[in-house]
This record gives sequence, structure tokens and C-alpha cells, in this order.
Amino acid sequence: MANTVRFRLNGKPVTAPADGDRLLLWALRTDFGLTGAKYGCGIGECGACTVLVDGQATLGCQTPLSQLEGREVVTIEGLAPAGRLHPVQEAFVAHGALQCGYCTPGMILTACALLSRDAKPSREAIVKAMDGNLCRCGAHRRIVAAIEEASGTAAPPAARKGAGTP
Amino acid sequence: MSERLKLDRRRFFQLTGGGIAIFVGLGPSACFSQESRGGYPEDLNAYLLIGKDGRVTVFSGKIEMGQGVLTSQAQMVAEELGVSLDAIDMVLGDTDRCPYDRGTFGSLTTRQFGPALRAAAAEARLVLLGLAAAKLGVARDRLTVDNGVVTAPGSSRRVTYAELADGKRIARLVGEKAVLRAASDFRVMGKSPRRIDGADKVTGRAQYAADIRPAGMLYARILRPPAHGATLKSLDAAAAEKRPGVTVVRRDDLVAVLHADPEAAAAALDLLKPDWTTPPPGPDDETIFEHLVKAGGAPEEKASRGDLAAGRARAAHVTRTAYRKGYVAHAPIEPHAAVAEPKDGRITVWASTQTPFPTRDRIAQAVGLAAKDVRVIVPYVGGGFGGKSADLQAIEAARLAKISGKPVQVAWTRAEEFFFDRFDPAAVVEIESGTDAGGRIVFYDATVHAAGERGATPPYDIPNLRLRSTGRMSYGDGGSSVHPFAVGPWRAPGANMNAFAIESHIDAMAAAAGIDPLEFRLRNTTEPRLRAVLEAAAAAFGWKPGVGPSGQGRAVACSTDAGSYDALMAQVRVDRSDGTVHVERIVAAQDMGTVVNPDGAKMQMEGSITMALGYTFSEELRFRGGDILDRNFKTYRLPRFSRVPAIETVIVRNDALAPQGGGEPAICPTGAVIANAVFDATGARALRLPLTPERVKEALAAAAPLRAAG
Repeated sequence: MANTVRFRLNGKPVTAPADGDRLLLWALRTDFGLTGAKYGCGIGECGACTVLVDGQATLGCQTPLSQLEGREVVTIEGLAPAGRLHPVQEAFVAHGALQCGYCTPGMILTACALLSRDAKPSREAIVKAMDGNLCRCGAHRRIVAAIEEASGTAAPPAARKGAGTP
Repeated sequence: MSERLKLDRRRFFQLTGGGIAIFVGLGPSACFSQESRGGYPEDLNAYLLIGKDGRVTVFSGKIEMGQGVLTSQAQMVAEELGVSLDAIDMVLGDTDRCPYDRGTFGSLTTRQFGPALRAAAAEARLVLLGLAAAKLGVARDRLTVDNGVVTAPGSSRRVTYAELADGKRIARLVGEKAVLRAASDFRVMGKSPRRIDGADKVTGRAQYAADIRPAGMLYARILRPPAHGATLKSLDAAAAEKRPGVTVVRRDDLVAVLHADPEAAAAALDLLKPDWTTPPPGPDDETIFEHLVKAGGAPEEKASRGDLAAGRARAAHVTRTAYRKGYVAHAPIEPHAAVAEPKDGRITVWASTQTPFPTRDRIAQAVGLAAKDVRVIVPYVGGGFGGKSADLQAIEAARLAKISGKPVQVAWTRAEEFFFDRFDPAAVVEIESGTDAGGRIVFYDATVHAAGERGATPPYDIPNLRLRSTGRMSYGDGGSSVHPFAVGPWRAPGANMNAFAIESHIDAMAAAAGIDPLEFRLRNTTEPRLRAVLEAAAAAFGWKPGVGPSGQGRAVACSTDAGSYDALMAQVRVDRSDGTVHVERIVAAQDMGTVVNPDGAKMQMEGSITMALGYTFSEELRFRGGDILDRNFKTYRLPRFSRVPAIETVIVRNDALAPQGGGEPAICPTGAVIANAVFDATGARALRLPLTPERVKEALAAAAPLRAAG
């Protein structure tokens, strides 16, 4: 393991051995003990391993560690470092936009990436941005509603009739 | 007090530092039978403990896989005990600490375990009020409790649960006749607090089995056959063994590579050179239906009433159809995972499983330990849906840990998850039935092939009925030999197919009789709960009467499952050029008895309906004999955001009835309501799930031209 890659991880500079085909997902889970990014399919079809690389939603299972030199990686553990929830996290809790929670870190980071490039996305834009993330529990409608609330395009659930059923 | 309870109590209080504990009773019970625990008197089997800090720890053998029972069980205890939800700590699915439980399935947590848990909390409340009465010098029945503070009305005297529990070592068995609070008095139940697991799950703090990493853990990758039925003839492991850090384990049927790095383990697995036998040929996903009908043997009668011949003689319209459905995968986003750690002669296994106690017993058997020397801990489970009760991965991890003497993780790849799934079975349901001139069903004769009888008896007043079954399908017991690979319970086992067949057929009968499909259903049932959900759905949907196919593209379907009743209505648009169906809206009304957590119940309804879109439109396993062709999400397509319609849920209040099942019922009629809506839009009836564009186009081509919509 002669090659080493240096990047910022959740705001801190880190180094990791980066032989040719090591993948970001496994480095996060093993070298750094950050298990919020999940393995779901290994082929980039489910989005459970999504993290932010320079603010872009990026599939950890498809990203060689060697490509990360000098870049900024944020995982779900780094989204609310001060202990206060990020507005997207807060909206997911408020809307009950999760069940088993396994896809949730990937969902939240995909939504954060969307909101950083489009602060007020339409419902269609949200659906399009989220379509690469699979949820088997069926929280889809609540996830969309949570993202709408976090972006300020919809009211919080308590203000609506029939909480959580957009 | 029995000898065993004394043993329990001593050790329990040594560990907990005292307090007031309510233990599992010794009486017979269906879901947490003491007999199953026989021989392990040292197990701790408390339901709950009130500590000297006033906090309440609840022990439950149930597991949290997304269905929300972490929160709903806490609500039940908080309600009966008279404390706030914040005062409760939950310990779930730990075989060393929780009362025995057969498993989390069948929508039974609230329905069957709930009453026992509530009774334990009610018992604890009585104990505490008794202590308070002595301390305050006030009769027990004059005391009230709120937020863990006991007060006597008209007096300033008060005492907290924490003060009462401090310095005590009180153990009680749960009373058989504890009086539970009435729904009209609920303060915590019947409300929708935020999920207790929400903060863990949005921050990445929530741990799943593969996230547990004891020091020195090795990652295992296991050699798998190319197809079910293939056996290993020979193996060349030389190249893998030369890799630094790699251990190749070969023990009986288990061949695995171990390495401290998961990617290195996977690379070593690729270096194994196995030679497999070719499995015998078998049916594929097209020939399976003929195979099932043939292999199932003579039908066995499962239900019968009236006189079929007499009913047939009165029929003005007879409808006869066969319905089909392929195999469907559970496909939780978390694949099976387990971590086993051997220590001091015991093995602890963190596993994604719905059945911690049976898993413990099977692991013990597999590794030659007593059950008391195996501890199974179930952290958060990333979806189960009935598919996480076979435990192969936990047994593999335990075996490899025993062999290597080190902690070992077995986390299945997505391909392994598909290969070893116990699929929802393919099935054929044949139905012949008739209505009289007044639109009343006069006979119903159905045969279910290979999917079992759950939900196979229509919820209508049918005087003459016969239900038969072939294949001897058993969901609790390894499936049926007629299937070419393992099948098993999948969210409402068998009931999805049976509801699809029944409610498609009822719809066809209504059309044949020239009666609006909602009116036809109401005319044929006197069951008040079914009528209530049908009427509630119609009101919320804005049902416009019309004989099918009305051209509106709307439809109804209903069912009863797990003690609950559901009526669904759907609005669809069919693109005739390519056969695609766009669901625009689904309305679901459900009577589930007393509701513990309304928003949680709605989540389960929404989740059920969304999951059902998969078996309705795209999910059907492709296979050739024992070779599973779909091994990932690229070809096996789950519902995505762009396919999920607006879903409106209505809970029909029924507080007179104890809580019924909530995790499964709404999934059952979803396939039928969409197929019926396609019929209403086009006059084309697709008889096989999923409704792929090709099948919809075929049905369109075969259908009579639609009358002008009235």
C-alpha cells in the first residue's frame, strides 16, 4: 500500500492508503469507523452509500479512493457536527420520513446536494434528484414532503391537515 | 414466588442495582411461551424495571425493523404506567436481557405482545401506587399519577416514582387480570409522538449488524454455488491462500475466506477455483405455473359451506378465471449481516434477524454450545418484511468465529441476498363463481396452487363456497417442495396473491352483472367493519358510481388481514401506445381496532401500498431452474420515487376493539385495486402480476372496445 491519498473528511484533514481499486465506501467504514454510509447493492443502483464530495452527491461504492486527493468529503456523521440537526435531518424526523433508517443517510445527503444547487426545487425536481435512491419501506412521499419543508417550499407537517400524508 | 423467580431476581437486581421489576408470568401464552425457555432458569425475563432514578427500562424480545414498535411499545408502557414517553428506555431483541419471544412477524407485536406488555406496566403502576399509599398515608384508590408523580387530590402530598423505587428490590409477576386503561382515557397512546429512533437514524448513529466492529474482527466472504442444487466437486484454493493476511476456511459445506479488510476478503474469494456439479434442469419463470399446478397434486379442501351445485343452479352469470403471479424478493436495502464474537466460552452474535431467540437456538445447535452460551443481540434491522428469519448468515458468522477463534463479520452481498432469499411464492389461483339476477354471489369455488390459504376466503356473504389448496405451502416451515428454491413469508404471506385473485374476480363479476363495483361489494357483505371502510374510502376518494369499465380509470378493492379491514381506491391513467400505467392517486381506509400511534399506523399503510407497487408493476424474479438470474437492482426493479403516487390514508376509528395488525393489511388489496382500475380505464383485465407494459398491451389487444364513458 504505497499510495496514499489526502483529503478532508468531515472538516478534518485525513490520509488513507489508496491502492488502485480501494473504494471510498469501505475506507469510510473500516479506516475511519464511519458506518453511516451503507452498503446496499455495490453497483450504484440504490444510493445507500451516498456521501458528499465537494458538495455533490457521490456513490461511495463507485468512487475509488485515489480520486479524492485534495477533495472535501462529508458523511452523515459530519452533517451536524455541533449536535444540532441540519434542517434536512430535522425535517426527516418531523415528517416521519424514515422507517428502517438504512437508506436514510443516503437520502439526506442526496437531498442536501440538491438543495445546495437549487434552494427552492419543484416537487418534480425533488423526485428526479431522489430517483436513484431506493427505499424499501415506502417512505417516499414523506421524504419528498420533508425536502420541501427543508427548502421552505412547504409547511411543516403540524400545519397541514392529516400530518405526514401529503 | 417460584424458585426460578428468586434466582432471576437475585441476579437481576445485582446487575441493575435495585428498583421495581415486573417479570414475565409463568402461565401459558401463545407468543412468549415459558416452555420454550425450559432449562435456562438463569435467563433474566423482566418486562420492565423502574430504577431509583425514576427511569423505566422496557425489555422486549421484539425487534425494530422500521415498523415503529420501538416507539409504540414505549407508548403502551408510558400510558399504563403513568409516565412520560421521555422517561422510557427500550431494550429490544437481546436474548440475555429480554423475555423469550418467537419473533417479530405476522403483525403480532401490538396485537399479541402489546396486551402482555400493557399488563406488566399496569401491574407496576399498582405496585407503585401501593407504595405511595403507605408513604403518603392515603388509600390507594384515591391516588392519581401523572408523569411519574403520585398525588392525592385535595392534598399537597406527593411522591415520585423515583423516590418510591429508591432502595427497593421488588419483583412481581405480571397479573393476569390487570385492568388496562380505556381508549377514552389515553394520554400517550392514540397520539403520534416523533419516532424514538428518528434522531439516531438521521445522524448515522443508528447501528445495524454490519456496523458492529469488535476489535480484531475479520471479514468473511463465502463461496457460493452458481445455482441452487449445484454441489462442490473440487476446490483449488492455492492462489487465495498465498495472499497475505488471508485465511481460507473449509469445514464441511462451508468454504470461506477471512481477512481483516473487506475488499481484500472479496478479492481473495475471486481467487478460489471451484468446480461445481451441474444442477438438474427445472422450470423457469414462464413454465413455473404449469409446473406448480401439476406438482401440487390433488387439491385438499380447506373450507366449505352450503351446496355448490345448488348455488350454481341459481347463477345468472358465471365467471371463471385463473390468476397468476411470479416470485417476489424481499429486497430489504440492508442485506443479511451478522457479527459473531467468541469470548470466555460464549459467543455473542449481532444479527439482522426478525427472530433473535430462535436464531440463538439454531446457532447453539450449529456450533455445539448450550443456548445459554449464545447471546443474540439485534441492533436496528434495515428492513425485514418477513425475509429475515432464516438466519443462515448468523449461523455462518458463528461457525467461522468458532473455527477461527476471532470475531467474524458475515455481510451478504446483494447477489447473495437475492440468491438466498426465501421468495414470496409464485402461484396460480383458479376461481369459478356466479351471481344471481339480483347481483348476489350464489357460489364461489376456488383453488389456490402453491401459495397457501391466508386471505383466500372472500370477506363476503357467500352461501355456497369451497376453497381448495395444493402444494401444502407452509410459511413457517420451509415452504413447499413444489417450488424450485426456498420460499417463505413475505409481508402478508400468500394474502397479496389471494387478494389480487379474489378482488379482480369480484370486480369481473360486478361488471358481468352490470353493477357498480362498490355497490356490488356492499350488496354482498353485511360485515359492518368491511362496509365502514368501503364507505370511508368512497367518501375520501369522491367515488362516482358507474358500471365497469366506466372509462374513469378508478376502482375499488378490499380485504381483511391480521384482524384489520382495508378498502382501497385508485385512480389510474393507461397509455395505450406503450402499455404503461400511471397511478395518479390511491386512497386507503383501514379499521385496525384501537390505534396506538395514528401517524405510525399511517406510515405502515403508506409503506405497504408503496411496497405493493413493486409486485404490481415490476417485481418478478427471473430464473432458470435453480439459477437465479436477477441478482441486483439493475434488473430486479423496486418502486422508485417517480412511480409513487399520492397516497391518502384514512383510519376508521374502532376503539371498542383491541389493537389489530398494522404492518401488513394494506399491502394485500393494492395489486387488485390497480388491476381493477386498468380494467375500468380500458376494459382490459390483466390476469398476471406484475402488470408489465407488455402484459397490459396484450390485455388491451384482447379486450373488447370500450363503450363510450357514460
